[in-house]
Amino acid sequence: MTISDVVDLIAIILLAIGAFFNLLAGLGLLRFPDVYTRLHAGTKCTTFGAIFICGSVVLLALKMWYFGNPNGSVLVIHTLGALIAILVTNPTGAHAIARAAHRSGVKPVGAVVDDLEGKPVRKSASKRKEAEK
Amino acid sequence: MIEVELTYLIVLCLLILSIVLCIIRVFRGPTAPDRVVGLDTINTLVIVSMIAYGMASGSVIYVDVAIVYALLSYISTLFIAKYLEGGEF
Repeated sequence: MTISDVVDLIAIILLAIGAFFNLLAGLGLLRFPDVYTRLHAGTKCTTFGAIFICGSVVLLALKMWYFGNPNGSVLVIHTLGALIAILVTNPTGAHAIARAAHRSGVKPVGAVVDDLEGKPVRKSASKRKEAEK
Repeated sequence: MIEVELTYLIVLCLLILSIVLCIIRVFRGPTAPDRVVGLDTINTLVIVSMIAYGMASGSVIYVDVAIVYALLSYISTLFIAKYLEGGEF
């Protein structure tokens, strides 16, 4: 068993973990009862799966680079860029959707107490200036 | 030894199956935020499958498209969330 076969095996294991978590995301999105739990499944599982699939791509591209394929280095750097873009944009987008869902009046299923009920909504800067005048 | 490119194509099929599950949620979702959650998940899955196909076919251009797609879909998600919230920009 050469070093190339070992790298291939590790890449395949990483791919399997990533595909499993992405499938869990789709399944959770279909089965969970309300918006917030669906957001939990759909965002966290896809972020975790994306980390593993991008890790597998980076590993194989490093192997390509080591064996003299010039595409390898470009693939490593661009995949890491895409991974950073996913890691920054996915949680912030999920936070924006959850805040919008709460403010548009969607209640969690089975919730008894809403701690944010009746709290004043934070106004934007221009409205605050108008109120001060 | 197993062909790695073939494994990537199998993973691509699983990702497409997951996208189909999200599309079912987009069509069935009872409220508007449900559909937005489904679209957001579809965006991330499309980015990941573009990266996987770029590795399987050995061309870097798919990964570049994935980066741009990630940033644009983030902006569109923020706009839709702001619209649902009903605030001003």
